[in-house]
Amino acid sequence: MESLTNKKKVLESKPLNFWERAYLPAIAQGLSITIKHFFKKPATIRYPEEKREFSENYRGLHSLKRDEEGRERCTACGLCALSCPAEAITMIAGERQAGEEKLYREEKYAAVYEINMLRCIFCGLCEEACPKEAIYLDGDIVPSDFLRKDFIYGKDKLVEAPLNQ
Amino acid sequence: MELALVIEKFILVAIIFGISLVTAMYSTYAERKVAAFLQDRVGPNRAGPFGIFQPMADGAKMFMKEEIIPTQSSGLLFIVGPSLAILTACIGSAVIPWGQTLTIGSRVIDLQVTDINVGILYIFGVVSLGVYGIMIGGWASNNKYSLLGAIRAASQNISYEIAMGLSIIALLMLTGTLSLKEIAQQQHGFWANGWFTWNFFRQPLGFLIFIICAFAETNRSPFDLPECETELVGGYHTEYSSMKLGFYLFAEYINMFISSAVMATLYFGGYNFPFMHHLGLSENLVTILGVVALFAKIIFFIFFFMWVRWTIPRFRYDQLMNLGWKVLIPLAIANIVLTGVFATIFK
Repeated sequence: MESLTNKKKVLESKPLNFWERAYLPAIAQGLSITIKHFFKKPATIRYPEEKREFSENYRGLHSLKRDEEGRERCTACGLCALSCPAEAITMIAGERQAGEEKLYREEKYAAVYEINMLRCIFCGLCEEACPKEAIYLDGDIVPSDFLRKDFIYGKDKLVEAPLNQ
Repeated sequence: MELALVIEKFILVAIIFGISLVTAMYSTYAERKVAAFLQDRVGPNRAGPFGIFQPMADGAKMFMKEEIIPTQSSGLLFIVGPSLAILTACIGSAVIPWGQTLTIGSRVIDLQVTDINVGILYIFGVVSLGVYGIMIGGWASNNKYSLLGAIRAASQNISYEIAMGLSIIALLMLTGTLSLKEIAQQQHGFWANGWFTWNFFRQPLGFLIFIICAFAETNRSPFDLPECETELVGGYHTEYSSMKLGFYLFAEYINMFISSAVMATLYFGGYNFPFMHHLGLSENLVTILGVVALFAKIIFFIFFFMWVRWTIPRFRYDQLMNLGWKVLIPLAIANIVLTGVFATIFK
């Protein structure tokens, strides 16, 4: 039967000739290939000292943003948690009291905001879902740690540093 | 024997012992660096600048690891194994001529520990003893993988020793002596009487057989079947831990150093280098340069060992035996015949 694409190639296994059976030319060829790599620039980098440049839209560690007056933007609407396919985000909403206007932008804010970095898949859907532009995945890669509980990042790690500091 | 001679030899032994250990230590570092460079990596670089203290760190680690002796092992033999391996590795360097003579004051110091007239046979004997370290260790571990590794090591070493010995016979037909010192002297300079003086240029086939057998004798890749990780966990040293394991690994590197030195001495002129007596240098300087030349050759061979290790995959066991018995031994015998014919024609 004729094949559809005519791309089929029948390979014959020929018996090795003398030089192929002697191995030595093949070994010399292999050695010449490896010695070429000896003088090449290493493909790896010395990681903690050197870091690769991330692309501009790299999705790293989350940060909760503040507005231009230094108030937290998050209103604890829960859309990020809802959109999260890995169910990594949990939050407890709090109501802004009188005198806290400098801290929180809206009347409602996230009293507790936790992301489990072991669950997070860094898809960026929370970023897309947020109507207040409060969360961005613009940080570094998640640092290593020893205990699972230490990978649950609270507001202390997530919220941006205040403006005046 | 006069006291000065004893002191002189003692110092020489201490220096050579130290050099072999340091070379072996830095071979472990070089192995990792060469592997890394051949694979486009950086290699160890944490301990000190460029990682040059890595061998010390490795040594400290080996010493501090917990010493595990399996309850089912045969107690004494389990300890004798690695001791024998490192002992036989270390005593091989006694007959290698590291250089010519140094003249200090009125004293002429020979840079060879001892010039026994059966130098090559001594090295062969010591190398053959080396396999006992592996065999005893593998047997005493009471572990199937260790035993398999030990059996492989024994049969491999026995098979390749024959071809190695035969390749040496062809060389000895030309040199007419077993003493390594005289063999090195015969290769004086680089060019004499219209041909190279180094034995490699008279015995290229013999050298090829010798170096292949040297790979097999030192259990280096592509002949590292005694310890092949993919089949035998760790081979003969599966049950070993702490410094006993360190001794086994160390013995391999010392063996590599010694066999490089033997190859350099037998085939590449030992301490001789081109134009050594046409530069008008003083005798002592020529000797020192000769030692440097010998070490350059040794380091090249050690590098070659590593280069091959990170290039060629391991042989299968039946291929190993085929190569040893059906290829190398007939080739070595043919080499003897050819050498005899050529030696008769070009007397």
